[in-house]
Amino acid sequence: MALDFLVQLLVNGFIIGLLYGVVAMAFVLIYKSSLVVNFAQGEFLLIGAWACWWLLAKFSLPFYLAFIFTLIFMTVFGILIQLIVLRPLIGEPIISIIMVTIGLSIFFQALMNWMFGVFVEPFPKIFDNESINLLGLQVQTVYIMSGLISLFIMISFAIFFKKSRLGLAMRATAFDQQAAQSLGVSVKQVFSAAWGISAVVSAVAGIVFGIVNGISSGIAFMGIKVFPAVILGGLDSVLGAILGGLVIGLLEHVAHYFDVQYLNIGNMIRIAPFYALIIILMIKPYGFFGTKDIERV
Amino acid sequence: MSLKKFRPCGDYRTSYSSDMSMFEDKGSFYLTLAGILLLAISPFLFDSYIISLLIYIGFYGIAALGLNILVGCTGQISVGHAVFFGFGAFASAWLSNKFFVPVWLAIPTAALMTAFVGLIFGIPAARVKGLYLAIATLAAQFIMEDFFSRAAWFTGGVDGASAEPMKIFNFYFDTDQKYFYIVLFWLIVSFVLVSNLMRTRDGRAFLAVRDHYLSAEMMGINLMKYRILSFGISSFFAGLGGALYGHYLNFVSIEEFNIQLSIFFLAMIIIGGLGSVRGSLMGAAFMVLLPEIMDFLTRSLSDTSIDQMLSLSGAIPFIKEASIGLVIILFLIFEPNGLAYRWGQIRAWFKLYPFSY
Repeated sequence: MALDFLVQLLVNGFIIGLLYGVVAMAFVLIYKSSLVVNFAQGEFLLIGAWACWWLLAKFSLPFYLAFIFTLIFMTVFGILIQLIVLRPLIGEPIISIIMVTIGLSIFFQALMNWMFGVFVEPFPKIFDNESINLLGLQVQTVYIMSGLISLFIMISFAIFFKKSRLGLAMRATAFDQQAAQSLGVSVKQVFSAAWGISAVVSAVAGIVFGIVNGISSGIAFMGIKVFPAVILGGLDSVLGAILGGLVIGLLEHVAHYFDVQYLNIGNMIRIAPFYALIIILMIKPYGFFGTKDIERV
Repeated sequence: MSLKKFRPCGDYRTSYSSDMSMFEDKGSFYLTLAGILLLAISPFLFDSYIISLLIYIGFYGIAALGLNILVGCTGQISVGHAVFFGFGAFASAWLSNKFFVPVWLAIPTAALMTAFVGLIFGIPAARVKGLYLAIATLAAQFIMEDFFSRAAWFTGGVDGASAEPMKIFNFYFDTDQKYFYIVLFWLIVSFVLVSNLMRTRDGRAFLAVRDHYLSAEMMGINLMKYRILSFGISSFFAGLGGALYGHYLNFVSIEEFNIQLSIFFLAMIIIGGLGSVRGSLMGAAFMVLLPEIMDFLTRSLSDTSIDQMLSLSGAIPFIKEASIGLVIILFLIFEPNGLAYRWGQIRAWFKLYPFSY
């Protein structure tokens, strides 16, 4: 019984971890290219999920159309946020940039609560089969779908950065903004692209999460859960973000297992990642794959 | 202009008398005095609703002042100030309930306890800086919230803790009008303390650590010491504000000291002006009055077509919250130096009138 429970939790942790990895990747994308710590990442998920839900529920569009419209909307949304809010703040001290994203997060959370209410709304049903028997384990179909989508996003990221022109420009900007600009890369475009892509990827994660658990403002907490993941992997490493997300997803479910089986203190699934975060910051502040910040005078 | 943005580090005074004075000129001294006098008679002038708003501005102002020492003066970003505020409230209630410490003594003792906790939190925090510190304090916020809900011996758990009203000898400070003077007393004490701190060696060291910590360390400023000290002092004022808050409401619940309150404090100092002592109070006043203004605006629109279209009256809590976020964004884009800077500009304009320089 206990072993079954553990395996079930590990599978869930793995899938949720993949999702954390995707969100962390979107977070790292923004940080790496424009050095902005986006505290509003969770709200990107929330807005994407609500937008898709709205299209499905109000206009009864087929799922794939609603999905595509949401992605287009989120691209525009991400670019607009960058243009209107973040661009005037380039070169400001770090506290201003942190605060402006916190402000965005409060604003959009309240706006979403106002527009869509505070209660959990289930997504319209997408799959006929509730769960699939996988190697003797009952795994929900949506979980498998979310795992596949996460893997798809990760692979397409890898190809995008390796092969495409814009991907190369983004890597160049992340490496050295001035050098990239002097070689003809439009840093402005790269910043906008980073925000657009990040918003889209977050929206996909938000929709997946909404299908699994229903949509509520709780989705936005993913944006905070992402911090342990990115700190573990290193703030500016895409690979680190994926691994960090996986580790944090597994860790919180293992913590939940020990909590339920032995400790009975409750709430561990929520708090354990933050203990991990503090410990990582104490012993390895730049994470496992992050660039060490060396200061010269 | 960029130098004016923060209070610059270093000492720019040129005569002994200006070094001795707390105010930059006579005018600001008289203005402050007039402000204090006006506040002192305000319980006789206004109704208790306005007095309760002033009390809120008072203890939030004290806590924001503490955060401003940490963020504005030392450059250590903290997204967990609300837990120190909460710790102060719980500590004061705990002292007076369990150990029967009289409340007037429990308030400063609770502040000292909070300062001690802040010092302990400051030791690991001194190792990380900037963005990493912001994320670490974010984690600390959630961990401490979790602690509050667990530590029933200290906080009363989910039931919360009751805090006695304040009493000196047999005189109860139970109404808003009476409690107002307690808050005013501590407000003045805190602002005098911090204004003085900024004139000392330690205050200048904080500014130096903020502006360029490597240079500061090379000039012999002990980075570790000042970062921890800054955390301690900041927590002291947070605890003081929290204790006053607890004994004002007579009840402290574990729900209130969440991340939203931490952001609320950060918003106060951003809007008031980072590193500005009087900006902290301006920011606190702005943030306390903002929901009231939104409330008023929504009410004045009631029964109009806009109201019916957007169903505003049911959405007041969301409008208040969204306005906080919007105000933070707008201030950072259009007025990043805060209200204190604008105040200085207005005063300079009057002083130099009719010339513009």
